[in-house]
Amino acid sequence: MAVTDIAETTQYLTFKLEDEQFALDISKVREVLEFTTVTKVPRTPEFMRGVINLRGSVVPVLDLRLKFGMTMTEKTVNTCVIIVEVALEGESTVLGTIADSVQEVIELDPEHIEPAPKIGTKLRTEFIKGMGKRDGEFIIILDIDKVFSTEELTLAKDMESFPAKEEEREEVAA
Amino acid sequence: MSNVGTDPGREAFKVEASELLTELETSLLELEEAPDDEDLIGRVFRAMHTIKGSGAMFGFDDVAAFTHDVETVFDEVRNGKITVTKTLIDLTLSARDHIRALIDSAETGESVDEAKAGKITEGLRKLLPSSAEHTETPVKEVDSSQKTEERAVTYRVRFKPNKELFANGTNPIPLLNELRMLGECEIIAHVHNIPLLNELESEGCYTYWDIILTTDKGENAINDVFIFVDDDCEITIQVIDTGDALDDERDYKKLGEILIERGDVSKEELQKILAGKKRLGDMVVDAGLVKPDEVQAALVEQRHVRKVREKSQTKEPASSIRVPSEKLDTLVNLVGELVTVQARLSQVAIDKDDPEVILISEEVERLTSELRDDTMSIRMLPIGTTFSKFKRLVRDLSNELGREVILFTEGGETELDKTVIEKLNDPLVHIIRNSIDHGIESPAERTGKGKPREGKIHLSAEHSGANVLIRIKDDGKGISTEAVKAKAIKNGLITPDTELPDKEIYGLIFAPGFSTAEKVTSVSGRGVGMDVVKKNIDALRGSVEIESSEGNGTAITLKLPLTLAIIDGLLVKIKDDNFVISLSSVEECIELTQADIDRAHGRHMVNVRGELVPYIRLREWFEIDGKEPEIAQIVITEHNGRRTGFVVDYVVGEYQTVIKSLGSIYKDVEGLSGATILGDGTVALILDIQKMTQYVEKEELESFQ
Repeated sequence: MAVTDIAETTQYLTFKLEDEQFALDISKVREVLEFTTVTKVPRTPEFMRGVINLRGSVVPVLDLRLKFGMTMTEKTVNTCVIIVEVALEGESTVLGTIADSVQEVIELDPEHIEPAPKIGTKLRTEFIKGMGKRDGEFIIILDIDKVFSTEELTLAKDMESFPAKEEEREEVAA
Repeated sequence: MSNVGTDPGREAFKVEASELLTELETSLLELEEAPDDEDLIGRVFRAMHTIKGSGAMFGFDDVAAFTHDVETVFDEVRNGKITVTKTLIDLTLSARDHIRALIDSAETGESVDEAKAGKITEGLRKLLPSSAEHTETPVKEVDSSQKTEERAVTYRVRFKPNKELFANGTNPIPLLNELRMLGECEIIAHVHNIPLLNELESEGCYTYWDIILTTDKGENAINDVFIFVDDDCEITIQVIDTGDALDDERDYKKLGEILIERGDVSKEELQKILAGKKRLGDMVVDAGLVKPDEVQAALVEQRHVRKVREKSQTKEPASSIRVPSEKLDTLVNLVGELVTVQARLSQVAIDKDDPEVILISEEVERLTSELRDDTMSIRMLPIGTTFSKFKRLVRDLSNELGREVILFTEGGETELDKTVIEKLNDPLVHIIRNSIDHGIESPAERTGKGKPREGKIHLSAEHSGANVLIRIKDDGKGISTEAVKAKAIKNGLITPDTELPDKEIYGLIFAPGFSTAEKVTSVSGRGVGMDVVKKNIDALRGSVEIESSEGNGTAITLKLPLTLAIIDGLLVKIKDDNFVISLSSVEECIELTQADIDRAHGRHMVNVRGELVPYIRLREWFEIDGKEPEIAQIVITEHNGRRTGFVVDYVVGEYQTVIKSLGSIYKDVEGLSGATILGDGTVALILDIQKMTQYVEKEELESFQ
């Protein structure tokens, strides 16, 4: 019954977007930060909120709510940035995602996880690793590598109607 | 010694060997140009000799065995029995490559081409005069226990050649010179055996030498020097000072003791003499026991050992040390963080307005800035090492393509950041390949055109402000603008009616998949190359410029920043966002008022002391909402002789900018080259004004079409 690639009991970090519960494989999570000032990088899609200073490193921050078609995250006392490590083009990349609140770390047995239904989630099914069940509630377990795959990010850029990239010339006649 | 892959000795050998091989290559190529240069021959020989010795020591027996054959040949060259020919250089170069392959294979476990090795050895043996049987000499086993001893030991070597030494074609001078290479050395010639002129055989060797040598290379190194004259000479090597911590008596042995030890005089005889009151040296000479030059030799020895001991006491500081480059990278990162923290400290100090804190903060600022410059300078390497690699490339390629090309290099001492140099290699290879393949014509073609047979490629590097210019100039056929245009039209890059200045036409060859070569060779013509060049140089925040004159040659200029890690920037503000513009491209800042805008009828240009300068409103471009202040600022920048203004709200001031990457997610964002962290912890974006200008130009152009 269970999802094929989840074979053993794994720990998940659960968090909320709006009122919905989502979860991430804990091994992907580096740390959770309080929401700080984000510097917007101009001319990028809205869901790419910008960059933050993570102890001297510049780390991009993405807004999952916008990515999933919800409204932009408003800053509250509970707003957090979850720092995750994803594989982008085979390279491990550190980035942050904004959550309305971070809940807890839970353990889920494979038998408590079901494959995502093909319809009705209102999300691209490949983003979902499985649907966890806990206390009668559903938790959407995200496949964070897929959500932030390069393809996804490039797609997003194209949607922003960026002028098609041409070859760069040294100078263009003024 | 066990041969485990991670053995530090083996690792050290690999590093050493790789340097020696590079030197070997350079020397060989120089030797080709100056075949009679004995110094160069010596360098080649020594490089090979060391590879052989250390190779055997660390278990690279195949390397040692193979190198031995090559070394044998060069010994003959050194002795003047073989002359340097192109064949010899060719063979030695391929031998060098084989040695490298052997060393690499030890690591990867891949098998090497044995047949090739055989061919090289055979070729080399053919060069040997038939009388020489040296090839049969087995590789001398190096006693590792002796050699690993790092301590400098002083030896007394008596080199007493037989009278017939010269008859065998041996010149003792190079041998002595070789000893000099081993360490600090004093040589005393004993000439008292030279007979009177009427008895003198002009071909006889009457001189013998005492050599006092302080070396850390071990006794075997000395033996190696004499390896080929062993049979013709009497060689005694004695350790006279082990370099151990000084014994109680500070002085080295007395003159008399030395003479006794050498067997020049017996103890009894000496004591008899001592009864007299003259200086010991004079006394023994007067008594006819020793020759004056023997005393002289003993005195020199005394002086030498004293000197060496004194030196070891003052502990000579190491002139250079080898550090893994990762450590340097870490250091640079740390300095980067320090600069960031220092910026924060300065800000806090100003906010607190406490004179004491401000004083400390200023001190820290000064130190940080010095530390930053020093750290950066550690990473600077002369570009010459890369240049010498291209000599080989040019040589091999011109052979392969039937061209005659000479490479001139200039400014090899120009220093550049290590990472820049590393990343520069590929683009330069591409450009030089292109020059040889597409640029330089075949010798026949060249003579037909009245050009000298040999093509020339000039590779030069020079500093220019905060940049380094690297120029590759050839005297080939140049770039045909017509051919480039035709090809661009065919590829759909431009339409037939596009009118482009020459400079832009040259720019087209950087488009992916572009190549005007009619046929594809193994070297170039597949159109991968110039776009790679452009991409790599862009990644280094540099630029490429092409100048060409058809029929006369092409010059490609690469403009690169000195360092990638830290720049001096100008911090500006738009609303609450901070941006940094590289200070090296900033010319001046002027005010922009509503009156100025009205005067230009709302068009984005401004009159700067009679010169028209177009500007870009960053607020508009970055889609930052809100209104500009009454008086905005224009930062005037200059690039490639063209001035562009950037309108910002405020100019904050100069800022030491540690460049951080924006990461792969933002890598395609136009007009930004990175980010930096400000004193208050927020992130500022670094503008790439060159890219941004190009982008704005393109966008405006499109908006009118």
